[in-house]
Amino acid sequence: MKTLRPVDVAIVGGGWTGLTMAKELATRTALKILVLERGGLRKTRDYFDNMDELDYAVRLRMMQPIRDETVTFRHSPRERALPIRQYGSFLPGTGVGGSGEHWSGISYRYYPHDFRRLSHIVEKYGRQRLPEDCAVRDWPITYDELEPDYERAERLMGISGKAGNLHGKKIEGGNIFEGPRASEYPTPPMKMPHLAALFREGAHALGYHPFPLPAATTSVAYTNPDGVARAGCSYCGYCERFGCMIGAKAQPTNTLMPVLGRHNNFELRTSAWVRRVVVESGRVRGVRYTDSKGEEIFQPADLVFLASWTLNNTRLLLLSGIGEPYDPETGKGTLGRNLTHQVTIPAATVYFEKPLNGFMGAGSAGVAIGDFDAMDHSGVNFCTGGALYTVCYGTRPIANFGFVPQSVSARWGSEWKKAALHYYDRTGLVRFYGEHLAYRGNYMDLDPVYKDRYGDPLIRMTLDWHENERQMVQFMTAKAVEIGQAMAAVEIRPFPGLRRYEATRYQGTHIQGGTIIGANRTDSVVSMYLQHWRVPNLFLLGASAFPQNPSGNPTLTAVALTYRAADAVIQRYLKNPGKLI
Amino acid sequence: MRRSRRHFLTVSATTLGGVLVYTLDRSPQRVHAQSAGQAGPIKIPLRFFTEEEALAIAAAAARIFPSDESGPGANEAGVVIYIDRQLASAYGRDHYRYTQGPFADGVPEQGYQGKETPREIYRSGFKQLGRFDRLSAAEQDARLKQIENTMFFALLRTHTIEGMFCDPMHGGNTDLIGWQLVGFPGPRMGYFDDVDRHYGAAFRPKPASLAQTLGRSVRPSEDTEP
Repeated sequence: MKTLRPVDVAIVGGGWTGLTMAKELATRTALKILVLERGGLRKTRDYFDNMDELDYAVRLRMMQPIRDETVTFRHSPRERALPIRQYGSFLPGTGVGGSGEHWSGISYRYYPHDFRRLSHIVEKYGRQRLPEDCAVRDWPITYDELEPDYERAERLMGISGKAGNLHGKKIEGGNIFEGPRASEYPTPPMKMPHLAALFREGAHALGYHPFPLPAATTSVAYTNPDGVARAGCSYCGYCERFGCMIGAKAQPTNTLMPVLGRHNNFELRTSAWVRRVVVESGRVRGVRYTDSKGEEIFQPADLVFLASWTLNNTRLLLLSGIGEPYDPETGKGTLGRNLTHQVTIPAATVYFEKPLNGFMGAGSAGVAIGDFDAMDHSGVNFCTGGALYTVCYGTRPIANFGFVPQSVSARWGSEWKKAALHYYDRTGLVRFYGEHLAYRGNYMDLDPVYKDRYGDPLIRMTLDWHENERQMVQFMTAKAVEIGQAMAAVEIRPFPGLRRYEATRYQGTHIQGGTIIGANRTDSVVSMYLQHWRVPNLFLLGASAFPQNPSGNPTLTAVALTYRAADAVIQRYLKNPGKLI
Repeated sequence: MRRSRRHFLTVSATTLGGVLVYTLDRSPQRVHAQSAGQAGPIKIPLRFFTEEEALAIAAAAARIFPSDESGPGANEAGVVIYIDRQLASAYGRDHYRYTQGPFADGVPEQGYQGKETPREIYRSGFKQLGRFDRLSAAEQDARLKQIENTMFFALLRTHTIEGMFCDPMHGGNTDLIGWQLVGFPGPRMGYFDDVDRHYGAAFRPKPASLAQTLGRSVRPSEDTEP
């Protein structure tokens, strides 16, 4: 094994969190910073060629090659885990920018109650309302503490939207249920495609409070505080599963790399597959990786950040023997616990009389209501919430051809074709994304059977829905149908109901937990500064830190937490490298 | 390669709005039936299927997505050419799946766990179809009904939709026939001025392929993946 010259900082993973940390360190310190990225280089101009549905949205060219590494999955410890052999419920990206290149850009802040979820449920409804085996907990930080970092993350990306709560003052047209903001969104809301306008009108007629989705597909040309200028969105409809060819969608390659490229203390090394974090005497000495030629390389570093997406952050710690693996039988161990996956469903498929021109849109051009995030659970048999919304990604014909109302039973042949042609541009979705509580039985560990391309064990997910999620989905489906009716749909197909977790249906790449954040070392892996409790020169960035899945999408919060960690590292850790708490 | 003898799909030029023919280096050229000035057959080199297999698959795809009063279908779009090229490529060898063993049956929520590659699934499908192209339309539908719950049929249905609506660089959607059917304009630089207009009225810009939009050709994955 070859040993390279040491660097001050090694960051594993070149996505949103890894490159945000790299930017903060490169611009505010003289440290030598190395980012190790498993995939290849990417640039904005590459993305003109990717406007091809088959290669990018069907064959998934931007995702981690699943033939090299996947995840095994089972519903409970009694069952046999099998590999997810083709992508389904989530789509982890690879290459510079990671999943932050192909994301759709919906960029919520979490609600204040999300940060004190356990206390909030108990105070409002009593401890007896907590579901059986629930492992939900409070975060060690509050919304108000994180608010300045949310603002930094929004300004970094130029998020488009409309404030619904400025300094506690509620503003109609924004999300009036959101936590207090210190400032308006950096850019105005996106334009409204027809389906979004129908949703807004329908929701408004029912007395709800529709607001434009907060969007990283920035609505107008924008220059961020780092001096990085990006174009406004043109609504071409190639966002999620694609990179943006004009750089309107904030992506690490167009937002962070332009800054990093100007700094000589920053190096990006691609095709570097990190396989172990090397720890001696309680401190990280560096990381071991395999390069594109298959050569094993040891890269010494004084300070290491893991920023390699939820499942791989946990996997790297397990493979490296850092921390105590969680045991669901005894409840002992912290590493791998609190695995969650945002509850997302197509709550109602709505068919219209008139065409929608659905090919025009953007990954986060849409409208949501927060009324059911803020709902009272007194009269229902679940204790979580979420948003009903619609988003106009841009209808693409391979993925969207063939949806017909329940009144048509044929799935091939003339009758099906005729109906599918008619409804192709007359079909929309009222979607729901909701909270997923943590449970004692949902966790990750190393699979005893299946291996990656280098022979390392795959990560194993043990994950299933519980009655709380099923009841929530049933309730929200009924509300979605009402909204569909208010949108003047001619026919509505309700979601059939949540049964067991499906690895086959796309649910968003918002898997969380495994290296969770907490107030003390006995029941969490990292502190509020994302510092590993036992190994002080190791930090873990990203949604692997989230103790349970709030309803909204996680990226903005992951970046905000990274800013907060960067401040603590630069202002305190570097002066005195040791435990921050 | 699977076989030594080169196979061709022979189609009548007049049945297609346009057909893809290939030069020896396999770069696609578009020849319109009218401008080609020939009413006779055109030979399209096949990469994976034998001619017999191609005729059976083309006939089956044409029952899934028929040419009828609601418009052209799989035959006019060249769906069988699309499928032939996909099966000949890395996709056909299961390049896009995790294929390490052991293989075992699971619950449906764990997803497809089969060991067979798309090529192998089609090979079993050929046996189920037989000389499908020689059956009457009613017999063809009856045969498909018998197999509609098989993995082969599911794959054929998926591939038929892909071949109808893919960018024409992949061999299907000839003359953008699928995109014209559904009113999809193809990849465009954007719709800033139109995205919040035309509410309730069909807005249908003339379709363009990726090569037409970019003014240069892009190599599809079936020609670049190892």
